[in-house]
Amino acid sequence: MGEKLLEVENLRTYFHTFGGVVKAVDGISFHLDKGEILGIVGESGSGKSVSCFSLLKLVEEPGVVEAHKISFQGRDLTKATEKEMTKVRGKDIAMVFQDPMTSLNPLYTVGKQIEEMLILHESGMNKEQRRERCIELLKAVGIPEPEQRLKDYPHQFSGGMRQRVVIAIALAANPKLIIADEPTTALDVTIQAQILKLMKQLVRERNASLILITHDLAVVSEMVDRIVVMYCGKIVEQGPVEEIIHNPGHPYTEGLLASIPRLRKEQERLDFIPGMVPNMYDLPKGCLFAPRCKYCQEECKNTMPDMVEIGKDHKAACHFIQNLRQSKDGRKEG
Amino acid sequence: MDSLIRVENLIQEFPVKQGILDSYKIKGNKLVREKKAVHAVNGVTFEIYPGEAFSLVGESGCGKSTTAKTIIRLLNPVSGHIYYGDQDISQLKARAMLPYRKKMQMIFQDPYASLDPQKTIKNIIMEPMLFHKTAETRDEAEEKCMELLQKVGIRPEQASRYPHQFSGGQRQRIGIARALAVEPEFIIADEPVSALDVSIQAQILNLMMDLKDEYGFSYLFIAHDLSVVRHISDRLGVMYLGCIVELGSKKDVFENVAHPYTRLLLSAVPTVGEEPIVPPVKLEGEIPNPINLPGGCVFHDRCPDCKDICRTVRPQLKEIAPGHKAACHLFD
Amino acid sequence: MKKAAKRFLKSEFFFHYKKNLPAIIGTVLIGIAIFVALFGRQLLAIQNPYDLTQIDLSNSYLPPAWLEGGSWQFPLGTDNQGRCIFSAIIYGSVSSLTIGICGMSFACLIGTTLGLLAGYFGGIVDGIIMRIADIQLSFPSMFIALFILSVVGQGIDKLLIALVLVGWVTYARTVRGATLSVKKMEYIEASRTVGIPDFLIIIRHVMPNVVSSVIVLATIQMGDFILTEAALSFLGVGVPVTEPSLGLLVKNGFDVLFSGLWWTSVFPGMYIMLLVFGINLMGDFLRDELNPKLK
Repeated sequence: MGEKLLEVENLRTYFHTFGGVVKAVDGISFHLDKGEILGIVGESGSGKSVSCFSLLKLVEEPGVVEAHKISFQGRDLTKATEKEMTKVRGKDIAMVFQDPMTSLNPLYTVGKQIEEMLILHESGMNKEQRRERCIELLKAVGIPEPEQRLKDYPHQFSGGMRQRVVIAIALAANPKLIIADEPTTALDVTIQAQILKLMKQLVRERNASLILITHDLAVVSEMVDRIVVMYCGKIVEQGPVEEIIHNPGHPYTEGLLASIPRLRKEQERLDFIPGMVPNMYDLPKGCLFAPRCKYCQEECKNTMPDMVEIGKDHKAACHFIQNLRQSKDGRKEG
Repeated sequence: MDSLIRVENLIQEFPVKQGILDSYKIKGNKLVREKKAVHAVNGVTFEIYPGEAFSLVGESGCGKSTTAKTIIRLLNPVSGHIYYGDQDISQLKARAMLPYRKKMQMIFQDPYASLDPQKTIKNIIMEPMLFHKTAETRDEAEEKCMELLQKVGIRPEQASRYPHQFSGGQRQRIGIARALAVEPEFIIADEPVSALDVSIQAQILNLMMDLKDEYGFSYLFIAHDLSVVRHISDRLGVMYLGCIVELGSKKDVFENVAHPYTRLLLSAVPTVGEEPIVPPVKLEGEIPNPINLPGGCVFHDRCPDCKDICRTVRPQLKEIAPGHKAACHLFD
Repeated sequence: MKKAAKRFLKSEFFFHYKKNLPAIIGTVLIGIAIFVALFGRQLLAIQNPYDLTQIDLSNSYLPPAWLEGGSWQFPLGTDNQGRCIFSAIIYGSVSSLTIGICGMSFACLIGTTLGLLAGYFGGIVDGIIMRIADIQLSFPSMFIALFILSVVGQGIDKLLIALVLVGWVTYARTVRGATLSVKKMEYIEASRTVGIPDFLIIIRHVMPNVVSSVIVLATIQMGDFILTEAALSFLGVGVPVTEPSLGLLVKNGFDVLFSGLWWTSVFPGMYIMLLVFGINLMGDFLRDELNPKLK
């Protein structure tokens, strides 16, 4: 394994609201290696976005973030002041958001917006150098005729092109880590495929790391090295992408995979996970997934399972992983 | 077999809002007023048979939702015909349209916007019943409403709650119950699952198919996700820039892909550990602006097999195998 | 009823209300004003200052009770005709509140209706209604009210007409905007696919969804109207001199304000201020609470 870029231990983000305390993120631990692409997968309300906002201390009232350790390049971010965090955001860790329509300022040209990042984080550059860098960045993200397009405003770009500009801005200061929150959800399939390919290539070229937050397991499986699966604010499984896709340990991951409609296979009915995501104000006592789980036993309803190592770098939080495995092998043989 | 819905050469345009000064241009020596329009649907023809699930697939801006909204007459067509059975409903006035409103219903995309937040779900479902008199009295309507709720998987004792007390998936179930309230023969579902989580999507799709089997109505599905379409439809049409470029049974389209655009769409669908269904296609270009449609084939500037003729002559939809149509010069 | 009260006490609205001190102060002030207007004449007033048999000119310009020469018979002093200021405020507040509430209700009714029509139907209907509104907004409202009153003459009823003609515009504009965004929602389309006629859709589905923005406006405008009434009466074109009015009281005292007889003008003025202050505090709270954009 490579050098660790980011290590998160026991991160908790609670929102104290009118209806009670919402444990949006509840004690999650994960790490990210240098040059690695990590996918965080979960349904809406699983806490996948909040956990990344918490890393950057972007959670607002009434949210409270606590963590044992958030170590980025060996530096503990839990102790960083707001001033230090401003330097980290954008310079070391950049973000790409879901909606390219709203993440660009409509009043400034695209060139100005990239340049702003450079002025903030690359103070050594003069005006000419900045202009060259802007052109270079736009070229890198595949925008044709970058010299002319620098003077264009965001509304003159299409959705896909706008997301390319957002990526160019994120790359401007040569960040070590890019966090992309559902970067292609608002885009069409053919555009989505282009953007994903581009992001992967750019991250690899620059030896940066990427955290890709998404609800779409299919997108993740084509993009990333490792997957973290979240459910109701907790990590239920993490491991290398091949392992997770072909050999899921947690029943939730298994259910998610099964409910994706396949292109090749003809299915009369789709597999699905019964029930729905529990109310965050009123979470079940034991395993959070127990009410929807087809393997659920008495024990699951009462005690919260711990993370268990079930393969190389592959962990899952379930009481019956061994049994599950066996029943599956049995099915294969039979 | 006689079709239930037949759409013929449907055209739909929306005027582009522009200042008065912008709309006047000097051409030759004359001042002419130029009206710009978004060409959303450009001559679409297809039919849907009783008991069938037909899908229109395409990316945003291809006119699939506009087509659906025009069929159910939320929009008035610019030209073209829509037949319900033998009756042309494309120009009917509101009053004459009423009996057809009872036969056609719609399921909407956004479960958060499709239910009136100020009404209890009981009232939401009962409104169409009482309006169309499918229930004689309020009591009867209430009884029917409970039955429907049960059918779509909502506990009847929750009937007097408000929409915000339900999750997205549950709201979509309520939306389905509302569509069923007038016992329609034809249901349009506009991206019914695209706003839902994956694990919920499958539940809703299964429910929709079960209900179809039980009641025997026809569906028009509007979708952008080919893997979803594969499971729910009998036949499908692929749309691009307001035109149907390929039309055929599910088997035709998925196993004998004809049009280069369908091929592109299929190759772009992300999959989980599956072999791709078509060889990878080079992904390039963006969808052109529907205000200035490209001359010739609408797809020519993204097409890997573009020929000279494609730039000048728009190909017509023609049969390339029984029941399988494509609009492409490759099959001339 | 008990159930509804219980539900209200547990609601999110009440949860935020409890934590909002300005809103509570506002409620208390409004509560006192309403109490004074409803029961003040019977319970609090010392005399009827508009009954000539009860006033005595020899009592004119008595200072408030705590100053030298004052007496508790007239706690806030008297004016030039020997009227008890305290009682006069109570009598005047009735007309102020009536004008505030009635004017607000009528303006609200007309403005909301026109706004709904303009927003829902668009096109020519929208064009005509909104152009009238634009023209009206390009004149100061005080100017229009003065103009109307000078044509139709004085009187509480005429003052109301003037205020309503000035006030409907704000509602029409706000409601039109809210209607435009509600109209785009899929639940409106759903009702249209069922075939429900437009006017029913407006009543059943659009109106309940724009009502929150109307409530906010109505509260703030009530304060506005009370001020406008006072100002018009002060200028001598509003309530006739024979009727009780806070604005007139201020005016009467204003002539002698600088000759040391400040109480005749300052106490009615303070009452207006506190009343409007309370209404505005409540209005601010409602705006924050009911406006989904600020949440």
